Amino acid sequence: MSKKYILKIDSEHCKGCELCIVNCPKRVLKLSENINKLGYRYVEIVDISRCTGCGRCYLMCPDYLIEIYEEELK
Amino acid sequence: MKATKFIKPKAIKELYHNYCPGCGHGIVHRLVAEVVDELNIRDKTIGIAPVGCAVFAYDYWNFDVSEAPHGRPPAVATGVKRVLPDRIVFTYQGDGDLAAIGTAEIIHAANRSENITVIFVNNTVYGMTSGQMAPTTILGQKTLTTPYGREIYKDGYPLKVCELLSVIEGTKYLARGAVTNPKNVALTKSYIKKAFVNQIENKGFSLVEILSMCPSGLHKSPVESIEWIENELVKYFPLGVIKDV
Repeated sequence: MSKKYILKIDSEHCKGCELCIVNCPKRVLKLSENINKLGYRYVEIVDISRCTGCGRCYLMCPDYLIEIYEEELK
Repeated sequence: MKATKFIKPKAIKELYHNYCPGCGHGIVHRLVAEVVDELNIRDKTIGIAPVGCAVFAYDYWNFDVSEAPHGRPPAVATGVKRVLPDRIVFTYQGDGDLAAIGTAEIIHAANRSENITVIFVNNTVYGMTSGQMAPTTILGQKTLTTPYGREIYKDGYPLKVCELLSVIEGTKYLARGAVTNPKNVALTKSYIKKAFVNQIENKGFSLVEILSMCPSGLHKSPVESIEWIENELVKYFPLGVIKDV
């Protein structure tokens, strides 16, 4: 039974500090080319299938915008 | 089936804070909130906010927070703890607040071994006023008021608060953590938890110093300021538990 992870990112309030990106061991995240309503380039997901749910992005996000949920696949 | 793995703690309000991008205050706020949630003390916790960037901490935490004048949170915490001894009282202070204007308060609160917890966020500059030299600025570090780097004969030596307090008999727990990478964040959380547990067990004065990044005050990008802390700052401020009685 494998697990799938759901990354919920509040990109409207992201300030683009990149701390989650540099600390992600699987390179799941990247900085978007677009700009949010605060005027920052926000974080977006490249490939969620690589996510192992380690929570390093959650630990390092200073704005607590990242939440991780886990789903079991049958 | 959907299970939560990492979610925002309940002791953080549903309000977005106004710190700069990459500021360490957000991480430390979350660590304190997680510890308060884990110890299940949210209804009896009272925080004392400082003067500095964290002055609006009462807007961000979902428990009671009082405000104190510059450097005086240990004095206010002493009063709150003596009037309401069943509450968990902690102060949240920066280095300009605790190590400069509030040195007298912190030393005497430690010497009386007040049963409080102090969270000391050290970013080596006055971040709120755009990065002037603080007592904890390391030698050679360039700030707005030391444009050629801090020099000994003119500005003196950086103040090591944990080492200074370690010779005082009243201090029961002193530790220095950092919020520069996931490992340090997890370690810092364990230090903060121990400092709160000490207070619950009526052991006495506990202080946790946290090396934090201030990208705006250090005039570096968030990633550069983390590299600077890990390469330069930890040489002068070594991490780990300094005193545990």
